[in-house]
Amino acid sequence: MQDKPILQVKNLVKQYGSGCSVCADANDEVLEKNICPHCRTVYACRSISFDVYPGEILGIVGESGSGKSTLMKCLYFDETVTSGEGYMTPYEAGMANVFEQSSQQQRLIRNTILGMVYQNPVLGLKMDFSSVGNIAEKLIAAGDRNVQRMETRSKVLLEHVHIPLTRMKDEPKKFSGGMQQRVQIAKALSNNPPILLLDEVTTGLDLSVQASVLDLIKTIQRELGISMIVVSHDLAVIRMLADRTIVMLNGKIIEQGLTDQILEDPQHAYTQQLVYSLI
Amino acid sequence: MPHLLEIQGLSKSFTIHHLGKHMQAVRDIQLSLNEGEFIGIVGKSGSGKSTILKSIYRTYFPEEGAIKYHSEKFGTVDLAQLSEREVHYLRKHEIGYVSQFLNAMPRTTARELVEQSVIEMGKSKEEAQQAAIEALSHFELDSELWDSYPTTFSGGQKLRLNIACAIVKKPRLLLLDEPTASLDDASKWKVREVIERLKADGTTLIGIFHDLEFMDGLCDKVYDLLQQKSPNSISGGMNDRDAFNSVGVQSPG
Repeated sequence: MQDKPILQVKNLVKQYGSGCSVCADANDEVLEKNICPHCRTVYACRSISFDVYPGEILGIVGESGSGKSTLMKCLYFDETVTSGEGYMTPYEAGMANVFEQSSQQQRLIRNTILGMVYQNPVLGLKMDFSSVGNIAEKLIAAGDRNVQRMETRSKVLLEHVHIPLTRMKDEPKKFSGGMQQRVQIAKALSNNPPILLLDEVTTGLDLSVQASVLDLIKTIQRELGISMIVVSHDLAVIRMLADRTIVMLNGKIIEQGLTDQILEDPQHAYTQQLVYSLI
Repeated sequence: MPHLLEIQGLSKSFTIHHLGKHMQAVRDIQLSLNEGEFIGIVGKSGSGKSTILKSIYRTYFPEEGAIKYHSEKFGTVDLAQLSEREVHYLRKHEIGYVSQFLNAMPRTTARELVEQSVIEMGKSKEEAQQAAIEALSHFELDSELWDSYPTTFSGGQKLRLNIACAIVKKPRLLLLDEPTASLDDASKWKVREVIERLKADGTTLIGIFHDLEFMDGLCDKVYDLLQQKSPNSISGGMNDRDAFNSVGVQSPG
């Protein structure tokens, strides 16, 4: 099959700290988990490579501190990568390394190609703006200036994520966690991004709200054909959503495969432990 | 005409890290299947029947050997070596898998589940709606249940829904992993009717069944996973005539 990935990540490295002679090659024997015992440099992402194909959901699982969220922040340019390459087909036909672009270009990519939903809605929403205002903010960033059109679009999106229109002028700070998460999803979708990044979006939500968020994500994939990266430490969420899954540990990818294969025939000792813990 | 499926020397073992153990599930399996044929796999619990099906479907990563499949899209491919992306395509369009367990999205109705299987293949919503109605009535699921959630279904209802989701895609090859386990006789015979219809439509099938009576007159061939010395050294042998005799299935032609 000749289809081309919409997103390619090659050898992405993110470290906090400058490193020292002890941890220069950052190998497992030297590091304590992913930290240098000598200079305390944290190797959050250690040479991460993967592809995401059009319309697919890629799952990323791993324990807290495995580097999942750092990876997502690097992809959304919230963090600057230490090194590595990233190619997105909708940007310069996938020929330009997005991590090497100017901050202005990165903002453009962020506003037109990417959508991001954070675990913590405070990071993704302005809590004191109305819900409509939050969505309009992203639309303005993407270049829209027509108030009427933005309001119509916001209404459509909020309806899509089941926020009652009577509450669309309300600020997210007045909403429950589940509603905030759904406003975030509406905001992330507002610019029709071909790539959506979802970081622990169901964590901390009650089962019923979790089910409606999962259902929403699956519907978006089916009906809009958006490619997604879903990060979660919850294997049940990954099982429901992801076509393929990557397992991360201490900043590295230790295993990847079809999601059911990761769950039923895990190869790595850590993945086995993770699967045995599934309720 | 090449075989639709030909398994050559398939072996699969599992390494259980926390026990420091290596367990052999199947060894040197040889099996071939023509288009439109139905092979039943028999063997004791733990003899590796499901391992064979899951290796074909790539839920298990085949360790040794080749699983040659004649795909409509890709031509002859080795499922053991195929990229995840290609396996994913085949699962959507050519190879179906039915188990006794239902793995459904929460708060998704029976009707939506079947529709989604069709939409996944790239068909329109209208086509999906039509196909879902046809499949659900074909499998004799009470229309009252169509818009309720499968978590509340009985075992037999779940199973027929499972089969409906797989069948609605019209797979060329269908893997049936103990679809009759834990069903009462009446439900079993409903499942059998469904399988007979599929066979008549020309679907190629591999099935695992516990009771041999169920398979009687249904399978063209029986593949017997003979238990050998210890549970950890199992090898399979294809022996049509003997197997037919031993399980009392009539040999075709």
